[in-house]
Amino acid sequence: MAFDYDKYIRPGKLPHIWCPGCGHGIVMKGLIRAIDTVGLDTKNTAIVSGIGCASRLPGYMDCCTLHTAHGRAAAFATGVKMAKPEMDVILVGGDGDGTAIGGNHFIHACRRNINMTYIILNNKIYGMTGGQFSPATPTGAKASTTPYGNPDPAFDIAKLAIGAGATFVARGTSFHANQIDKLIAEAIQHKGFSVVEILDDCPTTYGRRNKFKSVIEMMNHLKDIAVPVKAAEKMSPEQLEGKILTGVLFKEERPEYTSEYAKLIERAKAAK
Amino acid sequence: MAKKVAFLQGNEAAAQGALYAGCKFFAGYPITPSTEVAEVMSAELPKIGGKFIQMEDEIGAMAAILGASLTGTKVLTSTSGPGLSLKQELIGYGCIAEIPAVIFNVMRGGPSTGMPTGPSQSDVMCAKWGTHGDHPAICLVPASVQETYEEMVRAFNLAEKYRTPVMVMPDEIVAHMRERIVFPEPGELEVINRTAPTVPPEQYKPYDTSFGDVPPLAAYGSGYKYHVTGLNKMQDGFPTTKAEIVQAEEERQVRKVEANKADIMKWEEYLVDDADIVVVAYGSTSRSARFAVNEARKNGLKAGLFRLQTFWPFPEERLLEISKKVKAFITPEMNLGMCNGVVKGCIEGNAPVLGIFRVDGEPINPGQIVDKMKEVK
Repeated sequence: MAFDYDKYIRPGKLPHIWCPGCGHGIVMKGLIRAIDTVGLDTKNTAIVSGIGCASRLPGYMDCCTLHTAHGRAAAFATGVKMAKPEMDVILVGGDGDGTAIGGNHFIHACRRNINMTYIILNNKIYGMTGGQFSPATPTGAKASTTPYGNPDPAFDIAKLAIGAGATFVARGTSFHANQIDKLIAEAIQHKGFSVVEILDDCPTTYGRRNKFKSVIEMMNHLKDIAVPVKAAEKMSPEQLEGKILTGVLFKEERPEYTSEYAKLIERAKAAK
Repeated sequence: MAKKVAFLQGNEAAAQGALYAGCKFFAGYPITPSTEVAEVMSAELPKIGGKFIQMEDEIGAMAAILGASLTGTKVLTSTSGPGLSLKQELIGYGCIAEIPAVIFNVMRGGPSTGMPTGPSQSDVMCAKWGTHGDHPAICLVPASVQETYEEMVRAFNLAEKYRTPVMVMPDEIVAHMRERIVFPEPGELEVINRTAPTVPPEQYKPYDTSFGDVPPLAAYGSGYKYHVTGLNKMQDGFPTTKAEIVQAEEERQVRKVEANKADIMKWEEYLVDDADIVVVAYGSTSRSARFAVNEARKNGLKAGLFRLQTFWPFPEERLLEISKKVKAFITPEMNLGMCNGVVKGCIEGNAPVLGIFRVDGEPINPGQIVDKMKEVK
């Protein structure tokens, strides 16, 4: 029997705002399957976002949804989770929202290891404002504000998350649709701050400026550059040139913030 | 039984007032001269099962309290000038998304880093005009330690009652001075909680105006699933650009405060009835003003004090009334004429409004005010 997505979608809120060929819808379907797999109670699930195309995702989901200000999803979500740790909290947003204007909140959420899952839809561009370069835009790429090629080096978002202290970091692509739900489900089940970066496409503002003739070409590019972590172990540095690793990149157990705070409360009450 | 008394600092009293009001969540970032509020909350909240979090920056602190408030929790942040500037976008978010929250801001010298340990009253316009867009503004300006405590309780009540951020803004003198405080007994001061929905979850709309200008707010995780956004929204919380809805919603957000000014505004009139000269003052400056008024009366000058306890909404109508029978107003304040301009704006030119403005980090003393009174012809 076909999977029933409608169960998790707010009645009357589709169609979505995303352009034809955008990968965000593929990621949303993956998120829905992951929520179903884990068996989250939608009444007790908050989906929090910032500003941008990806940040419109929560509005379509039949959960407690919070579309905040640009870059602030992680900080709002931290408030929700701290005040009500029994809620499951999922963050969704783009590369610019999460790692430029929201970069500070992002790294500190990683550091605290607060039990939330952050799905970053990395399409390497500010799509909603018309295609300005983001911290994830490759050097040399064309954007509306890099007419002579991007002078900036790009963040490796997964590495940034690991370096900042996230205890579960995974990467997938919108081409590998069947893997997305599995990565997100594992991230939700992990106790700690989990980051799932999904490499995604913006044909409208990135593809057309960067010599991708079609959406299919962009999808094939994601297919070509993705190398599963296991397969990469057997490959030489030369073979890995220009590739990106996919799958679970990092996982460790470390004390989780809200659980530690619960212990702090017990200590404070005992000392009263 | 005798009431509990203490010798307390303004900032400490603010924290105690917040706890009396039922505050269970604090997020903040260290900043002089308001840090004591965070310090008290970090010690006291865990004892009652509440949560304290020191965020990575001022913006994060504002975001965290708004997120926490949506779970049905009473929330507080504390800051000072530069932090108030940084929080402005999200104060606007709280206004449009209609999320109860209290922002305690100690006024220090500005702009920018200014004079971190010097007193000031120069954030009062920022409290109303700091965030972009039309929005409601409530700003309380206590003048003593006792009043800081009591106005904190009232600030939480107003935030919950009108579903909007409320600011409490003592100047640095009030925040850092120590005075005797008499703690109210539990139940002595009114404590208001936000209205929760009574409709079943499937019928719930977070901005359902059939319940009036302040619709009930459900807590996340209480069975109600709804959407919150900073975009102009419809009754169900989803964004809209429909002209008539945006216009009506913007007007309602502002009307929540404007139509309830009588409930929100508070001021004290001291010897105003027969006064020729009325000093309009607030915060620590009002204490110098009261002293000056007493001195003037001893010398046969008919002076009075109009002490603002709320700066926003501003008691325009009452000052207009008073302006019809006085020779002059005097506005002493630790800024370059913020209250002065507002008074001029509401009295239709009925009387001159003389200013005493100090931005040198020194308080305004009674002698300065008495001297200014002598200038009135």
